Amino acid sequence: MNLIWKTTMRPGGKWSGFVGRGKLLRFTALEAGANVSMLMYNARDLSERYNMPDTLKAQHTSHLTRGHVLMSDNGRAMASITEDSLGWHDAICGYSTREATDIKYGATRYQEQRNDWLRSGQENFAVELVRCGLGRKDLVPNVNLFSKVYCDEDGCMHFCEDHCKAGSTVTLRTEMDILLVLSNTPNPLDPRNAYPAVPVLLEVLPAAGVESSDYCVNYRPENRRAFENTWEYYALMGV
Amino acid sequence: MAVFNRVESPRKAEDAVFDQTILAGDGWAHELQPGQVLRIVDLEGNQAADTLFYDADNPDDHYSAAATIVGQGNIYLTAGSVLRAESGKVLLKIVADTCGRHDTLGGACSAQSNTVRYAHEKLHMHNCRDTFMLQLANYEGAYTKRDLAPNINFFMNVPVTPDGGLEFADGVSAPGCYVELQSMCCTLALISNCPQLNNPCNAYNPTPIRVLIWNS
Repeated sequence: MNLIWKTTMRPGGKWSGFVGRGKLLRFTALEAGANVSMLMYNARDLSERYNMPDTLKAQHTSHLTRGHVLMSDNGRAMASITEDSLGWHDAICGYSTREATDIKYGATRYQEQRNDWLRSGQENFAVELVRCGLGRKDLVPNVNLFSKVYCDEDGCMHFCEDHCKAGSTVTLRTEMDILLVLSNTPNPLDPRNAYPAVPVLLEVLPAAGVESSDYCVNYRPENRRAFENTWEYYALMGV
Repeated sequence: MAVFNRVESPRKAEDAVFDQTILAGDGWAHELQPGQVLRIVDLEGNQAADTLFYDADNPDDHYSAAATIVGQGNIYLTAGSVLRAESGKVLLKIVADTCGRHDTLGGACSAQSNTVRYAHEKLHMHNCRDTFMLQLANYEGAYTKRDLAPNINFFMNVPVTPDGGLEFADGVSAPGCYVELQSMCCTLALISNCPQLNNPCNAYNPTPIRVLIWNS
C-alpha cells in the first residue's frame, strides 16, 4: 500500500489534523508501554464527536478491539478498528491531567527542563482543540490506544502493566472526514513511577473500499446501522 | 468505594426547600447552591434518572465520567463518591445512597443512538438527549449540544465484566430507593427522567422520580 504520510509522536507529544474518510491510521508502539489518547470530531461539523457511551453500549463492550466501531453522538460510524495486535484498548480512563502528572512524576517546568518537561493530556488536548476552534466544553472521554484497564466484579479498575509490547500495532479506518486529536501521554491509571510515554509511529495509508462483507460492518447489527447512518449522511450531502 | 456503601439520610421531606415529582419523559434543570443537598428518589423502582452537572460559574466545565471514575478507581457510584468536572474540580459528593448501583458508562439515549441500538424506525421516539436539549434551550444559547457529555444514570445497573463486556442488567433499585448529592459549588443539575421504551431493564415502563432539595 502507498504510504500517504507518517509521523513519529515523541513521548509527551501531540498532534491534530483533518483526515478524510477512507484512510487507514496505523499506530505502532516503537517501545513497550505506549498510550495514545485520542479524540475524534466530524470535520464538517465539529459539534459532532466521538461518544464513549454510545460506542460502548451499542457494542456491549467496555473495551475496544478489531471489529469495533467508534461511534459519534449523532449515531454514525466515525472510524472502525480493522487490525489489532493487542485485543484491548481502553475506552474509559480519560486523559492525564496537569495536577496528576505533577503529583505522580514530580513538577517540571519549561524553565528548567526545556522541551523535556512532562506534558499532560489535558493541556495537549486543550491546545489542539482551541487551535481548531473548539474549547473546554468539547473535552469528553477519549480512547486510550495500547492500554488495558479491566474492572473486577466490584467495579474496581485495574491497569495491566505488561499489555503493550514494543511493535504492537492497531489500525483504524476512517469512515467519516474527521478531525483527529492525539496526545502521546500516560494513561491516568498507569502506576509506573517513571513517566511512561514512548515514541509511537502513525502512518496514514489509503483504505480499500468498504465491502458488504466487511468485518467491522458485520461485527454486530448495531454496527451496520451506524455505518448506514454514515452512508446516508454522505449520500445526502452528495460527497 | 468498591462496593455498595449504604448510607441513609437524616433529612426529612418536610424540611426540604424544594420538592417536585418529575414524570417519565420530563426534564428538569435547577441550580444548586454550595452546600445544598439534592435527593433523587426512584418512586416505583428500576427507573433511570439521566443526570448531568455543570459548574454553574464556568458552564463550559461539565461533569466528567472519566475524571470521576479514575479519581476513585471504580466505575460505580455510591455514598462517598466524588463527582468531578472535566477540569478535575469537585462538583458534588454523594452523601446518601440506598440503591447501591449507579451507572457511569451507559450515557443518555438519543434519537440517533436509538437507531443504532434498536432500529432505524426508532428515530421518532422520545429520548433523554432531546429532553436535555429542550431544557438547555431555556438558557438563551448559553448551552448547546457541545455541552452534552456522558452523564450519570442513577438507579441504572450496567455491569462491566472482567473480560471487557458491558451489559444492561435488571435493576438493583426498588421503589423508594434514593441517592443524595451535596453540591460543593454552584452547580447546574440537569435531569432527564428516561422515556426509553426499548430497554428491558425498566420493564419497558418508565416511571416518575421525585427530587427534593435541602439547604444543608
